[in-house]
Amino acid sequence: MPSLKDVKMKIVGVGKTKQITKAMNMVASAKLRGAQARIERFRPYAGKYRQVLAELARKVEDGAHPLLAEHQEKKRCAIVLVTSDRGLCGGFNANIVNAALKLAAEKRSEGMDVQFACVGRKGRDAIRSAGQEITLSYGDRMGSVDFALASSVALEMIHGYETLALDEVWMVYGEFVSMGHQPPRSLRLLPLSAPEAGQDEDAAQGAHCEYLYEPNEEQLLAELLPSYVKVQVYRGMLDTAASEHAARMAAMDNATRNCNEMINTLTLLYNKTRQASITSELIDIVGGAEALNG
Amino acid sequence: MSTLQLEIVTPDKTVVSTETDMVVCPGVMGEFGVLPHHVSLLSALKIGLLRYSDNGKDQYIFISGGFADVNENVLTVLAESAERAEDIDVARAEAAKRRAEERLSQRAEDLDVKRAEAALQRAVTRLQLARR
Repeated sequence: MPSLKDVKMKIVGVGKTKQITKAMNMVASAKLRGAQARIERFRPYAGKYRQVLAELARKVEDGAHPLLAEHQEKKRCAIVLVTSDRGLCGGFNANIVNAALKLAAEKRSEGMDVQFACVGRKGRDAIRSAGQEITLSYGDRMGSVDFALASSVALEMIHGYETLALDEVWMVYGEFVSMGHQPPRSLRLLPLSAPEAGQDEDAAQGAHCEYLYEPNEEQLLAELLPSYVKVQVYRGMLDTAASEHAARMAAMDNATRNCNEMINTLTLLYNKTRQASITSELIDIVGGAEALNG
Repeated sequence: MSTLQLEIVTPDKTVVSTETDMVVCPGVMGEFGVLPHHVSLLSALKIGLLRYSDNGKDQYIFISGGFADVNENVLTVLAESAERAEDIDVARAEAAKRRAEERLSQRAEDLDVKRAEAALQRAVTRLQLARR
């Protein structure tokens, strides 16, 4: 049986851990609110972009632009892996990394070389220790995700695709579905699949009226498509950032609950130990008194 | 008087959302004005100043290129960045201008001339608006 002092110290220790996990939970919830607000602010831009592009894509033929066309030979594939910079958020990063490695294995079985571009430190570390090729990495940037970062990642990928150094580009990130659900998601960035028209009602309505295009459809498409890749990468980053905080909140909530449970068990043990020591002391005293009397 | 709805959105926020009676956009093929009930139009924009009238007073917005979409009396401008005169960081724009000029004058071998020129153009336009 552990000594009284040991148990007491253990209880104090667990109590301190609990304070930390509780604080981390609150910090994560505050950051989540910020991240969600950013997604909200980005939504009008992304939504309008989809709509405009869907409208335009209807007017031009398939493969009208190099970014839309599939390459004949598929040899090299890049995976943009978006994860968080910090851990302590449950299985969130591990899930994304596993999804990415699975995708990589799939692409290899199709006979392609796979390289990674990592945004976020956790993913980079995991991919590096898995011994995979990393061509680009941006660590410690997830705290302040901005469009410039998304833009530079996207431009790098577009450049690779246009110079035929890459034949396919995928992005794996943590989709923010709800507070309790952030599944990893794989999305093909290049070749681009133009947004489906008719998915939202606005686009369907636009079908009736004739649009004027300036300068012309092809040139506009050439301007719009690269930016659309940026929009998608930015989306992935924003989603991952929000998901990270949600996952951390859940993980920390769990940890706090476990701490409570542990404190309860330990307190029980403490009381038992105390009782046992009192009992044994009493036995000593009574035994001693008996001996004197005898 | 009839008006049209003007929306200027960037990835970070909606910069302007207002009713106005005229907008002048910096189109790639030259400036063009949009009045209420304009025909549906999609145009690429270049780096420049967008002007709209706010109760008879002209308002200027810096646009870093992008697109203007006119549909059903709503003009939506999609730009990577859009700033009002008072939101422009003059010191930063000046630094960017110097940097771009330096890069263009040195002509290093791996210089992306197009990109440097665009950066210079952005900085100059920002300053022009800030000093107006």
